[in-house]
Amino acid sequence: MTFGVEHRVVEKRNLADKIHLFKVVAPLVARRAKPGQFVIVRSHERAERIPLTIADSDPDNGTISLVVQEMGRGTAKIAEIGEGGKFAGIVGPLGRAGNIASVNKVVLIAGGVGVAPMLPYARAYHSSGAHVTTIVGAKTRDMLILLDEIESVSDVVMVSTDDGSLGVKGVVSDVLARLLADGERFDHAVCIGPAVMMKAVCGLTREAGIPTTVSLNPIMVDGTGMCGGCRVTVGGEIKFACVDGPGFDGHAVDFDELMSRQRFYEREERLSYDSYRTSKEGSHRCRLDQIG
Amino acid sequence: MSVRSNRVTMPKQDPAVRRRNFDEVALGFTYKQATAEASRCLNCRNKPCVSGCPVSVDIPGFIALIKEGKVEDAFAKIRETNSLPAICGRVCPQENQCEARCVLGKSGQPVAIGALERFVADYCREKDGTFARKAVKPIALTNRAKVAVVGSGPAGLTAAADLALLGYEVTVFESLHEFGGVLRYGIPEFRLPKAILDYEIDYIRSLGVRFVPDAIVGKTITTDDLTALGYRAVFIGTGAGLPYFLGIPGENLIGVYSANEYLTRSNLMKAYLFPEHETPIRRGKRVAVIGGGNVAIDSARTALRLGADEVFVVYRRSRAEMPARAEEIINAEEEGVTLVLLTSPVEIVGDDSGQVVALECIRNQLGEPDASGRRRPVPIEGSEYAIDVDTVIVAIGQGPNPLFTEATPSLLTDERGYIVVDADTGATNLNGFYAGGDIVTGAATVIAAMGAGRKAAKAIHRYLRSDSQ
Ligand SMILES: Cc1cc2nc3c(=O)[nH]c(=O)nc-3n(C[C@H](O)[C@H](O)[C@H](O)COP(=O)(O)OP(=O)(O)OC[C@H]3O[C@@H](n4cnc5c(N)ncnc54)[C@H](O)[C@@H]3O)c2cc1C
Ligand SMILES: Cc1cc2nc3c(=O)[nH]c(=O)nc-3n(C[C@H](O)[C@H](O)[C@H](O)COP(=O)(O)OP(=O)(O)OC[C@H]3O[C@@H](n4cnc5c(N)ncnc54)[C@H](O)[C@@H]3O)c2cc1C
Ligand code: SF4
Ligand code: SF4
Ligand code: FES
Repeated sequence: MTFGVEHRVVEKRNLADKIHLFKVVAPLVARRAKPGQFVIVRSHERAERIPLTIADSDPDNGTISLVVQEMGRGTAKIAEIGEGGKFAGIVGPLGRAGNIASVNKVVLIAGGVGVAPMLPYARAYHSSGAHVTTIVGAKTRDMLILLDEIESVSDVVMVSTDDGSLGVKGVVSDVLARLLADGERFDHAVCIGPAVMMKAVCGLTREAGIPTTVSLNPIMVDGTGMCGGCRVTVGGEIKFACVDGPGFDGHAVDFDELMSRQRFYEREERLSYDSYRTSKEGSHRCRLDQIG
Repeated sequence: MSVRSNRVTMPKQDPAVRRRNFDEVALGFTYKQATAEASRCLNCRNKPCVSGCPVSVDIPGFIALIKEGKVEDAFAKIRETNSLPAICGRVCPQENQCEARCVLGKSGQPVAIGALERFVADYCREKDGTFARKAVKPIALTNRAKVAVVGSGPAGLTAAADLALLGYEVTVFESLHEFGGVLRYGIPEFRLPKAILDYEIDYIRSLGVRFVPDAIVGKTITTDDLTALGYRAVFIGTGAGLPYFLGIPGENLIGVYSANEYLTRSNLMKAYLFPEHETPIRRGKRVAVIGGGNVAIDSARTALRLGADEVFVVYRRSRAEMPARAEEIINAEEEGVTLVLLTSPVEIVGDDSGQVVALECIRNQLGEPDASGRRRPVPIEGSEYAIDVDTVIVAIGQGPNPLFTEATPSLLTDERGYIVVDADTGATNLNGFYAGGDIVTGAATVIAAMGAGRKAAKAIHRYLRSDSQ
């Protein structure tokens, strides 16, 4: 066990527009990572602390995989790190390991970049011998990521896109609703994606009586239970998602509150991202000028 | 005698200016002021002041050396028992400790012991950047045994320094990316400049202590790992970092913070320098802080410096019961913070978009004394009223952070989650595991945490010596 290693990026892959996969050196995290756990990264010294799910870990080589979607300045700064570059800091594994229920038939529902954190669940259920149905959704076919990986650990894969460019036209909850209407039965559901999607899916599974695990993504700072910024209401009680979760019983989660709290810094985020993009464009123009 | 009755007051930044900047408020004694103040000390033979100091600094001893102009020697004298003098001189509640026992306080003002301690440390640091480090020579690694310290707050830092001086190979594991615990993420720059903390940590590093950031013991590594890696003893100084909430309606609205989050964003993440530092913080215009301790006062003064027009500290008892340092309450008032006393919050009110718009309060009167001996606040029926605010900061206390203890179930804790230790040694129920600071006592003081770190270091030394025989 060596402490204080540099978090080098050994591999970087572009999965879709503004979605990147990083394989990063983080041996202490790789050793202990379990499905559902996450890390908090700092891309550079002045960066915000940003939580990212551990999509895969390789304890032998001491690396973890992270899939990052550019949403604002923080994730844009991460996206700037190239192969061979490094993160200023990575801490983890954080959160509780996802509880892999011992069941016969499970349905996994993932939206957008949520496919990445779903992968460890899919692997775990698949190797537990459960029958795995995975529903993945994205805006368009180009935004669908990690399909091959998901297929290799699922018995059935269903796809939805908002524009119908692949699979069902619509959202993942439409696909699930259709399956349930067709009489499909599942013992358990896991759902990871935007809060609004998790809310819709939980509405369906509640009605169908399927216990559902969701992975919540409130705004975090330390990730160790010290700030309470990540608090969510589950079953009428305050929970800290970073230490009590991020996995929770989806039927008990107050999603409206989560969605509201996710907008805490809407204004600051916009300002920050805009100024970041302007400065980027500015520097591009400079270079064009030089060429011209 | 007239000289003795007039305590030299420390110069401060003008309140009208400092309320908008993060620079240190108290500016420290000049050499002349320090020697003048030192000359007030009577060098009492029975040293009553020393009995008020949790680490027994030889107060008349170091003050006598200032009088003689031997500031470096004064520094060495303080360092014999206190490894962080520049910090203690700034944040110790001296008025309840050393200065409370000073004989001069009986008929006038006590000697400004804290200010003198701060002077000595600052003088030596500024005079020669390396002096403070030279003052104590590290002993060669005579005891090659490895000791792990979990948490880098004042308890952990002190234990690490003392163990290094005893010749052990010490590694400090810290879950955050920077070191210092509450000194880093809680106490603001304007009370404790981070450059001073960095300097003190560098000193401890110069003793050979290794610091590992981003290492949560219980998550990143376990106590079994520590044993497997050959650590023969462990000091646990994980603090009381778990924020409490009020449990009133509206606490999860946008604009409501725990003081821990608010201060961590501002101090650790330097959100006051947003957007250069990328972590955002709400710059509220009308801010209510709930609580009456140091944490509440620090939050209120931070809110002012982030640009608030009005900041209210809402406290349920009267001013006399406020646990914050008296000096800091006065500082806050000078800067324009409004104390709203004998008042309890009952609800935080939000608008349709989930934003805080008001704090609904009820007035109290003081009733019978409660278990703490303080008179209990009793709500006055029908006295509810609202304060219009856009930000609410909850600073009503912290509990023990359970990350470490949950991962080490065999470790004995009390029903609230604090680690149970032997009061004399800091020994826990597990062989080789010692603990001290807020994780044992609950939220207390920097100097008490340091005292616990020191006591445990001595006990660990005894344990390892007997263990190797
Ligand atoms: C446990 C957990 C796991 C996550 N896993 C992944 C993942 O694997 N891949 C991925 O792309 N994203 C993941 N996220 C979301 C990711 O952390 C945010 O997208 C990122 O922090 C946005 O930062 P930004 O500065 O780029 O965007 P901003 O412009 O600052 O914000 C965009 C959105 O991200 C949210 N956000 C902002 N700051 C934070 C923060 N500090 N913590 C959490 N959310 C924040 C806001 O609610 C906002 O709606 C995860 C979040 C959590 C809590
Ligand atoms: C805002 C504020 C103002 C204060 N003002 C004063 C004052 O003026 N004067 C005064 O005397 N006292 C003051 N106090 C109280 C004082 O700061 C504390 O009593 C003191 O810091 C406790 O020290 P500690 O070493 O026990 O813990 P902490 O300072 O809390 O440090 C604990 C450290 O352990 C780390 N940690 C926790 N769990 C783990 C883990 N599992 N693995 C690795 N690391 C871990 C934490 O991240 C933290 O860095 C104040 C406190 C606050 C919050
Ligand atoms: S360490 Fe604190 S209590 Fe002790 S002498 Fe110094 S200021 Fe006073
Ligand atoms: S009690 Fe006061 S006057 Fe006496 S030695 Fe201590 S500081 Fe000096
Ligand atoms: S992120 Fe701070 S408590 Fe969860």
